[in-house]
Amino acid sequence: MERPAKTLSPALADPATIPGWGVDADARNDPTYPIRDQSHDHGLTRRWDRPPVQQPDVEILQSIEHVRQPAVVGTSVPPRGVSGALRRLAFRWSESNWLHWLILLGADRVDVVEGVMEDLSRGTLPNVPAEMGLGAAWRHDRERLVTRWALAAGTVAVGAAIAANVRRERLAARRTVLLPARSHEEGSGTRI
Amino acid sequence: MKNSALAGPAATSAASWGTRMLAMDYRGPYRVRLSEKPMPRLLHPRDAIVRVTRSCICGSDLHLYHGMVPDTRVGSTFGHEFCGVVEEVGAEVQNLAPGDHVLVPFNIACGHCHFCQQGLYGNCHESNPQATAVGGIFGYSHTAGGYDGGQAEYVRVPYADVGPTKIPDWMDPDDAVLLTDVVPTGYQAAEMGGIQKGDTVVIFGTGPVGIMAARAAWLFGAGRVIVLDMYDYRLDFVRTYGPAEVYNFKELDDVVVFLKKTTDGLGADVAIDAVGGDASGNAWHWLFGTKLKLEAGSAIPLHWAINAVKKGGIVSVVGVYGPTGNMVPIGNVVNKGITIRANQASVKRLLPRLIEHVRAGRIDPKALITHRVPLSDVADAYHLFANKLDGCIKPVLVPHAG
Repeated sequence: MERPAKTLSPALADPATIPGWGVDADARNDPTYPIRDQSHDHGLTRRWDRPPVQQPDVEILQSIEHVRQPAVVGTSVPPRGVSGALRRLAFRWSESNWLHWLILLGADRVDVVEGVMEDLSRGTLPNVPAEMGLGAAWRHDRERLVTRWALAAGTVAVGAAIAANVRRERLAARRTVLLPARSHEEGSGTRI
Repeated sequence: MKNSALAGPAATSAASWGTRMLAMDYRGPYRVRLSEKPMPRLLHPRDAIVRVTRSCICGSDLHLYHGMVPDTRVGSTFGHEFCGVVEEVGAEVQNLAPGDHVLVPFNIACGHCHFCQQGLYGNCHESNPQATAVGGIFGYSHTAGGYDGGQAEYVRVPYADVGPTKIPDWMDPDDAVLLTDVVPTGYQAAEMGGIQKGDTVVIFGTGPVGIMAARAAWLFGAGRVIVLDMYDYRLDFVRTYGPAEVYNFKELDDVVVFLKKTTDGLGADVAIDAVGGDASGNAWHWLFGTKLKLEAGSAIPLHWAINAVKKGGIVSVVGVYGPTGNMVPIGNVVNKGITIRANQASVKRLLPRLIEHVRAGRIDPKALITHRVPLSDVADAYHLFANKLDGCIKPVLVPHAG
């Protein structure tokens, strides 16, 4: 029997047994027009004319929502190091789970550190100001750049001053702690 | 023909151009540089290798640049808006030959799956192993498939028979490169708005996509086009390019009240979010979305769109948000009976019509290009674009020393 359902399931109902089936169907009620051409919707099936499937020679992490590897994959930067281990962990959870994405964001931060270590291990010191495009800032945004540097320098100076002050106070406090202790000893001495 | 003798993804002329190339190299948030990388290879019989002639930095690249997209791996090459010359094709490629100058849609689409068959080339199911929700996109993190992008001298282009389109003889490559993303995305933003003749359309964002959405809104018969942003130089541009009524939201007490009052108290017929998660304009969203990453970017433009559209109106979203979730007033969507439409643009579906619009002079894409930068200055170009310096609207990177 011809069934209108665009999916397969052992539990499919027979429309002939459903009172009023389809009496209000309206093909114009299609909010996806013209973005999606539903006349080419052949139903929920994975049986389309598949391209040949790429056999990647690097590790590809795959969403657990996929039922099979997509025919073509990107092979840029396979997972590596601690960030790679975190990424593998993240792919235990589906795209619907926040944990999946938050672990990936965390892995991205770890990756930055590993990237610097990789540079250093090759004997190159990353030129961070150049990587941040500060040349453009110097040419077109000098006032803000200088203000930021001044603020940063000021923050460092104030921080250093506070640190020095704290150190001085701590030394002074240590002296004041020592002094009564000495007087206590003296006091106990006199009591004897 | 050219590839009938090839068996499998074999090379035709790789020997002549060496084994290394220069490419943009992501090192972490706010840090990119030019590095030497291995030449891309054919990895699939339907691949092509393209020598890049022009490659834009897209506003959505800034989401990557700011470290907002999960699974953006250090060492990746960005770039999903590029055109170039075909150098090499795989055994099953039939429509392209070495020497063809092509524009390459940002979507990687197989042309055969459940989604491609229905014209949803931005939602292909055969191009992204890392996520089912996201189609394959060149140079857009592993969440979009883990492909290296076009901000490089050479790039691997999968499904070369489906997306890449030969640039017509009469077309300026500067126009062609903007047809890979900016023009179709802006156009589809207006298309999804379901604009009826005479409608009032409000657009949030004057990036190249928002500007193009303003232009396209007229093509669909809008009666009034209003654009909001915080950068006066861009508002000035779209005022004449759209044309459009423009307002700087920094000068408005309450964006929604202003938009209601200017539409006789009812709200716009159609509201378009052409900003996405890098938005400014609200401290709460800035803290939770931009800084703490507890939501997938600042959703203030979507918030404003939902609240400023009229009851029964349509909100069209092309701004990019992350995959986790955002705080948006979904209750108002229900109470107001709003239709929300959104997608990544389906570039291939729209190209024939858009090429016709460019030919007829109804759209002038290259007018958006303000900066032409050698690929070697990629770090400066990112900084310039991200910080809206020097009147930047659209920067184009030119490899091979221009």
